[in-house]
Amino acid sequence: MEKLKYALYTGCTARESTPELLKSTLAVADKLGIELILLDEASCCGASHLQDYDDFLSLVLNARNICYAEKLGLTMVTICNTCQLNTAMTKHRLDTNPELKAKVNAKLAEVGLEYKGTSEVTHFLYALIQDYGLEKLAAKVQVPLSQFNIAPFYGCHNIRPSELQNLSNGGENPYMPTSLDDLIIACGGVNVNYEEKNKCCGFHAELQSPRTAAILTGNAIAGAMDANADWMVTPCPLCHLKLDVQNHGASKALGRDVHLPVLHMPQMVGLALGCTPAELGLNHHVTKVDFV
Amino acid sequence: MESIKSQQVTFKVFRFNEETDYLPYYNTYVLDVTHEEVVLDILNRIKWDHDGSLSYRRSCRHGICGVCSIKVNGKGILACKSRLFDLVEVFGNEIIIEPLSTKRAIKDLIIDKKDFWDKHAQVKPYLVSDIEEHPAQEHLVSPHDAEKLLEADYCIQCGACHYSCPALAINEEFIGPAAFAAAYRFSADVRDDAALQRLHVVNEETQGVWDCVKCMECAEVCPKDVNPIEKITKLHNMVFEAGIAKNNVATRHAVGFAHSINKHGLLDEGELVRYSEGNIGVMKHIPEAIAMFAKGKIVMPWNMPKSKNLDEVKKLIKSSSTVKF
Repeated sequence: MEKLKYALYTGCTARESTPELLKSTLAVADKLGIELILLDEASCCGASHLQDYDDFLSLVLNARNICYAEKLGLTMVTICNTCQLNTAMTKHRLDTNPELKAKVNAKLAEVGLEYKGTSEVTHFLYALIQDYGLEKLAAKVQVPLSQFNIAPFYGCHNIRPSELQNLSNGGENPYMPTSLDDLIIACGGVNVNYEEKNKCCGFHAELQSPRTAAILTGNAIAGAMDANADWMVTPCPLCHLKLDVQNHGASKALGRDVHLPVLHMPQMVGLALGCTPAELGLNHHVTKVDFV
Repeated sequence: MESIKSQQVTFKVFRFNEETDYLPYYNTYVLDVTHEEVVLDILNRIKWDHDGSLSYRRSCRHGICGVCSIKVNGKGILACKSRLFDLVEVFGNEIIIEPLSTKRAIKDLIIDKKDFWDKHAQVKPYLVSDIEEHPAQEHLVSPHDAEKLLEADYCIQCGACHYSCPALAINEEFIGPAAFAAAYRFSADVRDDAALQRLHVVNEETQGVWDCVKCMECAEVCPKDVNPIEKITKLHNMVFEAGIAKNNVATRHAVGFAHSINKHGLLDEGELVRYSEGNIGVMKHIPEAIAMFAKGKIVMPWNMPKSKNLDEVKKLIKSSSTVKF
């Protein structure tokens, strides 16, 4: 197989509050021989809030990010569900609406760029599963995670709306997603089923509606705990921030102590591939990763 | 002629009678299902062949009246439009049939939708216009203007999105995706004069669009492809365009992204929280900020990373911005 090569859109979180996500992504890519070119030119995707204020500006900025992947002639890989949604949504809207694409390109021309629509946009989770392959990954596992019950937390913006997401996520059904479960099994772990695994963590309403956000976070952790999970795993750093950092507020809102270690998807894969805790940045977690 | 394929499916059906039952329970039926049957066919067979007391709403059988909406394995569906074979393919051959909202059940699959209609009423889901009682000619809407309604006009008020919305399940004041889509539908209509009134309603904190958690459940579940969250985004935009956005944590949370991107290309996470909450409001985040700092999760202002070619981003923000706050 030809060496896999992608343009990596890190998003903001991986450069700031979840440095362990970028670290572990690069460590896993290194172990698997996947080449990642960092898109240092890229700006914030607007995290589903900028478009509430200025939809057109959000489109222009996201299109600019994709331009840099197109310049490299590579598929853009994201490591944040919300980056994935905003970038894929922008791509879809421009690819299906020539008039809008022309309007956006008129702006991009001012900085010498043109959006063509030649690069695909996919989350690293799906790049691993579809391009690298689960069987090949399983064959590389050095430390099977067989003693752990692991609760997958999918995060909304990788699975919904399926009409858009299915363009890149291999037809995942948002009511019965399987990718993260399959990945856990490939890593030798035991996947835990619970009702909240495909539900919302509340992140996007955290500032303006803290009670709603805290209860949703609490429900997710409680669901995983009640299903006898040892820890959780998520492909989204925003979900991770809620589940890892905000469990005190969630416990208070629920009237019940909820906390579980939560790993980023590449951290879990990295553990199975034999990366060290330091290589995976496990020291950056607020809820202590106490099982390694 | 295509031969009829069939398979055995186990149905667990939610049962509850508000007048006689203290708790709900589930009845199990094992039936042979053919490839052409929809969920409503199964409900009819259970009622006609097994238990005449099973209660559910049904009417048009053509996916247009919206009354037969229920949940199957947690997914909101129209019973008359959803083929069993498609559901079995996703969920396996144990199918759990429940009302849209178990806590609002009156009898079996029939729920009290009062909250749904109350939310609709809040947004004046009708044209408000001074039209002469006996107009001399039709009030025509051009195809171009009709397109502005997007798909909002397709809503059949089945309630699938309303009872799948996690924000609404927690915050009962929240107006919810169906009524927001209706608010957009009539506000975007060129014949209507009440857009500003509706925008004030959806701009209120706690009940308004700001409390949407952006889970995309409404877009996913809608059997008519109304895509309510797209209309929620439109309402956000209209609030800013109408100049009625209040200066509060919710609006600053949206606007703060433009500020931050203009400065760094990337989002300054700490500054976004400070800007959104204000200097006093931000205090409540100090405990978690300390915990994050201790784990190397907070970037100091002087270390804030910046996008390469930031001048491009600044230039685009200057030339492409369409609103002011």
